[in-house]
Amino acid sequence: MAVFEARNIIKSFGKTEVLKGVSFSIEKGEVLCVIGSSGSGKTTLLRCVNFLETPDVGRFYLNGDLLFDAADKKAKTDEEIRQKRLHFGLVFQSFNLFPQYTALENVSLAPLLHAKERPDYKENKKQIREEILSHSSDLLRKVGLGDKMDNYPCQISGGQQQRVAIARALALKPDVLCFDEPTSALDPEITVEVLAVMKELAAEDMTMLVVTHEMGFAREVSDKVIFMDEGVIAEQGNAKEVFDNPQSKRLQEFLSVMK
Amino acid sequence: MGFWEVTLSLLGGLKYTCLIFALTLVLALPLGLVIAFGSMSKFKPFAYLVKTFVWIIRGVPLMLQVIIFFYVPGFLLGTPLLSRFASVIAAFVINYACYFSEIYRGGIESIPKGQYEAGQVLGMTKTQVFFKVVLMQVVKRILAPMSNEVITLVKDTALARVIMIVEVIQAAQNFAAYGLMWPLFYTAVFYLAFVGLLTILFGWFEKKLDYYRI
Repeated sequence: MAVFEARNIIKSFGKTEVLKGVSFSIEKGEVLCVIGSSGSGKTTLLRCVNFLETPDVGRFYLNGDLLFDAADKKAKTDEEIRQKRLHFGLVFQSFNLFPQYTALENVSLAPLLHAKERPDYKENKKQIREEILSHSSDLLRKVGLGDKMDNYPCQISGGQQQRVAIARALALKPDVLCFDEPTSALDPEITVEVLAVMKELAAEDMTMLVVTHEMGFAREVSDKVIFMDEGVIAEQGNAKEVFDNPQSKRLQEFLSVMK
Repeated sequence: MGFWEVTLSLLGGLKYTCLIFALTLVLALPLGLVIAFGSMSKFKPFAYLVKTFVWIIRGVPLMLQVIIFFYVPGFLLGTPLLSRFASVIAAFVINYACYFSEIYRGGIESIPKGQYEAGQVLGMTKTQVFFKVVLMQVVKRILAPMSNEVITLVKDTALARVIMIVEVIQAAQNFAAYGLMWPLFYTAVFYLAFVGLLTILFGWFEKKLDYYRI
């Protein structure tokens, strides 16, 4: 059963229809890459999944249960959307780390805030905080930043910042981890270190939804590839099918440009 | 009348200068934030109402506002006059809150959208995003314009004498009746020391926030 499914997502900004009925699903442990030229709607799709944009039409299902229905107005209160968001993590193109916090604080901030909602927080405050901090440090070590925990974002490189951002997203144990062109703001040589972390996550069966321009990464790591064009999924399939045997003319053109 | 006597008298005036300064700051800083949120309200009519209020307060001389707060409630409503000191504080707090609100607004609006979004996707509430993520960055950004405004406040306290509050300058002016002019010039020393202290304080604060870059 699919861990996440989007059905018929439609989204317009003013009169421009950016998503024109997009449906897809991700199985647990799968890596789904979304490719396509800029303006094709792939980033908007990702932002809809993370509730940074609200779809005009469409439904999301999580583990087969209805998570969100655009037709249900009641399901759009801030608090409900906040709860639903926790199923997804998002790594931004521009990292968006919090500059006033160290790497460790960036990773642990949200878990510490969420812990306050736990009924046993008052009794076990110290223990809960320690658990969160040790889990956060583990995550930073996992992305290779064990020695940068107390550094502020301005003191580390772009690639390191993006790895902190990945650890920060992982800290909330999302069902689906989304990446929005995570290496587009990085130098090519630094890109490698971020992609390595993502490959490691993929190997550990993290469910990932990745919008990317890194065709090499998409070909190597993804279980499924979606090619978006003008707000619709123009073509999809496993990496081999999409990259080696593109059917539509648009995809053929796109791939020849990206090479 | 000797130097010592004048100094004592000016120090008596300085007490009011300091009181007006401190009370205005303590009350106007939070009120300014409330007004800033009002002017950024998504409910447009309310935002325009707040903006009009800010326009009026910033558009009328503070000296006139002090006079209005002291005399007008009695004239119009027949209520007893506010005490001199209370009217000065009311006028100063409202006036400075409006100036602060615009500094806050500029600071808040300069924080990149990505910071809010990063907080949101981590499941933080709007309040948490503001207080845990945005606020410290705003503080860093507005420190320089704030220090300007706070230094202006030190000197604006002299306006209180229009309703006969004996702050430093009024205390000095009282000596003019005895033909003494130099106490008036002497007051500059008090203001310079006060502002010097604030400059050092703001410098220290800026340095403290220097550990990160936005």
